[in-house]
Amino acid sequence: MTQTDIETLLKDELHRIAPDIEINEIDRDEDLREEFDIDSLDFLNLVTALGKALNTPMPEADYPQMGTYNEMIAYLTQKTA
Amino acid sequence: MGQFLMPSLGADMEAGTLIEWLKSPGDAVSNGDLIAVVETQKGAIEIEAFEDGILEEYLVGIGKKVPVGTPLAIIRTKGEAPVERAVQEKAPKPEPPVPVPAATSPTPEPAPTPAIPLQTDRVRITPAALRLAQSKGIDPRTLGDIGTGPGGALTLADIERANPPSPVNPMDGMRAAIAAAMTRSKAEIPHYYLAHTVDLTAAQTFVDQTNADRPPEARLLLGALYLKAVAKALRKYTEFNGYLTDGQFHPASAINTGMAITIRGGGLVAPAILDAANLNLDDLMTSMRDLAARVRTGRFRATELTDATITVTSLGERGVDQLFGVIYPPQVAIVGIGTPREHPFAVGGAVEERLTTTITLSADHRVSDGHRGALFLRAIDKHLQKPEKL
Repeated sequence: MTQTDIETLLKDELHRIAPDIEINEIDRDEDLREEFDIDSLDFLNLVTALGKALNTPMPEADYPQMGTYNEMIAYLTQKTA
Repeated sequence: MGQFLMPSLGADMEAGTLIEWLKSPGDAVSNGDLIAVVETQKGAIEIEAFEDGILEEYLVGIGKKVPVGTPLAIIRTKGEAPVERAVQEKAPKPEPPVPVPAATSPTPEPAPTPAIPLQTDRVRITPAALRLAQSKGIDPRTLGDIGTGPGGALTLADIERANPPSPVNPMDGMRAAIAAAMTRSKAEIPHYYLAHTVDLTAAQTFVDQTNADRPPEARLLLGALYLKAVAKALRKYTEFNGYLTDGQFHPASAINTGMAITIRGGGLVAPAILDAANLNLDDLMTSMRDLAARVRTGRFRATELTDATITVTSLGERGVDQLFGVIYPPQVAIVGIGTPREHPFAVGGAVEERLTTTITLSADHRVSDGHRGALFLRAIDKHLQKPEKL
């Protein structure tokens, strides 16, 4: 999976949870949950969907590596490399 | 012969719009079957039948907005003779009965939301034009005599020229509904308020350890522990679980914790998790995720909205230290849970940094007093200190 594919997947899943937020309007280096106004249940649903789509475990201990939009892309790219 | 009525889905609902029938005339229905979908200020709600029988006939058409209590359909119970159809069919087709005067109020309905299917029986329109109108969110009934087709029918070109209705903010309705319920609450319910700071270290440690080797779909959140702790405490403090109606408190036999869920764009609903005290934490999590997902997509069941016997409202991870809820009538209590934070906290004679939150209770003074309220909050605290037993 290329980084572009991963970004498309992340955008799709974020859009499913937060359809009212434009990806282009967020700060990709700021807190992901605040930028998209998602709560811990939404975040858990996001991680569940990404883990299933990429067939990769996303342990809770790794959550600090998924803090921002850009960090999430980097994390997923490295996990699927 | 039973009537299937437009249900009341809470203190803040006056009317609903029928948007879909899930059963047809002649279908057998059983108590609990989903039978129709109603659009309310809280979104589309699936409503259930409360008796067994045969759906005899519809009394209200799709797209019709009617007050709470209006009969929507006739359900023939077992053993009853069917209504004599032959006689009815010879007679001129009657208008659906309009049983409550308010339904015929001359003021025009507010602009329909795009979700309402179009009622086209009085409008001449070509099929292609109808499809385009639906995709543009235009109700052809609102267009007037602009049709250029045969007999004044609306054509594709007519619809292409028509402008979509100016968007109506669907949240204005919800804001008004919340305002009505909360005004009533503040005017009628003598609230008292208590707050208690709780050490969440044990609960968080339990969640971390449980989740360490679990896939995301099986993980727990602190929210599930809160709901269970509240539900368990209610087994003993029953005066916080039930309804005050007609000046009398009616304790509920089941413990159905309403979970306040914010809706993106504004507003909130508090659907119930049924029998929360008897669900284990994993089942509670499944219910919470399912409810939250359906609230976000705007489709849930009538009983989930009406059956909450108490409400729990939690600020989650990105809120502030504490909140005092406003009781949702006819309930008599609401528990508020602030954002967990690291705080200096005295433990065994020393001050340590601990994860704490402030849990609050707003309760109805007609039913309980601060002494019992304090014991109830301490019971929730006690349950959260033994998360493995929840």
